Amino acid sequence: MRLTQGTFSFLPDLSDEQIRAQIEYCLRNGWAVSLEHTGDPHPRNVYWEMFGLPLFDLKDGAAVMAALDECRRAFPNRYIKLNAFDATRGWESLRLSFIVNRPKHEPGFALQRTEAAGRNIRYTAQPNATVRPEGERY
Amino acid sequence: MDRYKAGVIPYRKMGYWQPDYEPKDTDILALFRITPQEGVEPEEAAAAVAGESSTATWTVVWTDRLTACELYRAKAYRVEPVPGRPGEHFAYIAYDLDLFEPGSIANLTASIIGNVFGFKAVKALRLEDMRIPAAYLKTFDGPPTGIVVERERLDKFGRPLLGATVKPKLGLSGKNYGRVVYEALRGGLDFTKDDENINSQPFMHWRDRFLYCMEAVNRAQAATGEVKGHYLNVTAATMEDMYERAEFAKELGSVIIMIDLVIGYTAIQSMSKWARRNDMILHLHRAGHSTYTRQKNHGVSFRVIAKWMRMAGVDHLHAGTIVGKLEGDPHSVQGFYNVLREPHNAVDLARGIFFEQPWASLRRVMPVASGGIHAGQMHQLLAYLGEDVVLQFGGGTIGHPMGIAAGATANRVALEAMILARNEGRDIWNEGPEILAQAARHCAPLKAALETWGEVTFDYASTDTPDFVPTPAVA
Repeated sequence: MRLTQGTFSFLPDLSDEQIRAQIEYCLRNGWAVSLEHTGDPHPRNVYWEMFGLPLFDLKDGAAVMAALDECRRAFPNRYIKLNAFDATRGWESLRLSFIVNRPKHEPGFALQRTEAAGRNIRYTAQPNATVRPEGERY
Repeated sequence: MDRYKAGVIPYRKMGYWQPDYEPKDTDILALFRITPQEGVEPEEAAAAVAGESSTATWTVVWTDRLTACELYRAKAYRVEPVPGRPGEHFAYIAYDLDLFEPGSIANLTASIIGNVFGFKAVKALRLEDMRIPAAYLKTFDGPPTGIVVERERLDKFGRPLLGATVKPKLGLSGKNYGRVVYEALRGGLDFTKDDENINSQPFMHWRDRFLYCMEAVNRAQAATGEVKGHYLNVTAATMEDMYERAEFAKELGSVIIMIDLVIGYTAIQSMSKWARRNDMILHLHRAGHSTYTRQKNHGVSFRVIAKWMRMAGVDHLHAGTIVGKLEGDPHSVQGFYNVLREPHNAVDLARGIFFEQPWASLRRVMPVASGGIHAGQMHQLLAYLGEDVVLQFGGGTIGHPMGIAAGATANRVALEAMILARNEGRDIWNEGPEILAQAARHCAPLKAALETWGEVTFDYASTDTPDFVPTPAVA
């Protein structure tokens, strides 16, 4: 399966040149770019691991690309996403977030159903990767 | 004193016309478009509207003198002809804050649009805009979720959300209905939606619909790894029924429920409070609004309804598409969107915004564009409506020649390609068709969508357009 979280997951994987153009867009808007990675892509896994702090006050997209290279070297087989944070009052959240690295094989999710009272069913989506311990998932 | 002598005197002599009145920061301001009867002066008609929407009755009453009546009288303070519309006038009226119950849309509207619209002295009357002071806004909870928190819950940023209304709107069984939901969500949509008139009919009872839809939502989540939702419409005959349906939606793990505007302002506020207590996104379909929003000379402008709904506290509100099948002048629709989404509205006559409106940190409502839109219009939709919007392609998903999931994929690919190009600095308004054609090269469903609907437009003149004279910029 292909995990379709993030803004551009329905397009072919972005080239570094395309990623760089998106970073420049974020910096033009004054947003702080950050990188996060995970081996647990559950849709409600809010807290991926931070790869350093958000790059506040940065003007040069090359520094983000360097950080991305470093992150990819450290975690070549994990999901990595690039976030852009807008600290404007009343927003104070992300403005853009998209996946920039994927495991070679994406095993997807198992949907478990537990029959409950009446016709109710309790659903659990279990990422197949997380069946194995962290570090051995991909 | 003549003012309180028994009998009938003109409203403008009763204190309801005060051309030198300076509105206070805490006043509620209303702008009416009035069409006086023959022989009625516009100032008298404006004063009559002010009187009937505040303290007055048709004759002098001495009991006014038992009150601080000068404070409680609404004051018409400005009247001017409507540009290009003979016989119509804009009347500005100020109301003291103490005329209204805190936190009650029902009370606000009972005054402002209660009696006055049937008043004989005016041929027609339209409430064009209102300025709600921060002091009054702070008595309302506003949207339970709002755009930012909705995006955080869904983990979807930087692009419009995509939805579709299940079609046909009536007649599907629960099992077949859930099939449409599953295909659309797994194909790439974020949301699917019950239509306004899907409640609990002989062909599909509400519990059946809820159960099948949640099977579909959970399957699609597992298939894609994304948070998905279906707007479960809990509209029903009584509050007790609506609460029962909302509770069941929560029990099943739905992230969103839906109500219709026709349930009324009080019911909307009740459901808003329920949604706040239960971490639920609240979608409002504006069913019925065109009966009073569409005609220029009589009724209530949708920009006012949008303001009331932001106060009443909904998270989603249908606000027009511009390019689709339903009424919507581009400037007016952008005005509605700005009312719903911005932290502060400046005066913007071209978009029908007559008052400066601070929103006092009331959360932002996500506008919904729905009705006759398709993937081939993606560049226009994005250019007109921006990225904080739900784009709903019902027919444009379900009617796709390769099936529902393919229709959903076409829309998602078109959207992501357009966002990517816009962020890269390309001129999407002019290069849009080329960007879509390029994206269609790696996406057969998009190619088929463009071939099927690429040329479809709904090009009719709008009835509800702003009336204003552009003021030359000061040199």
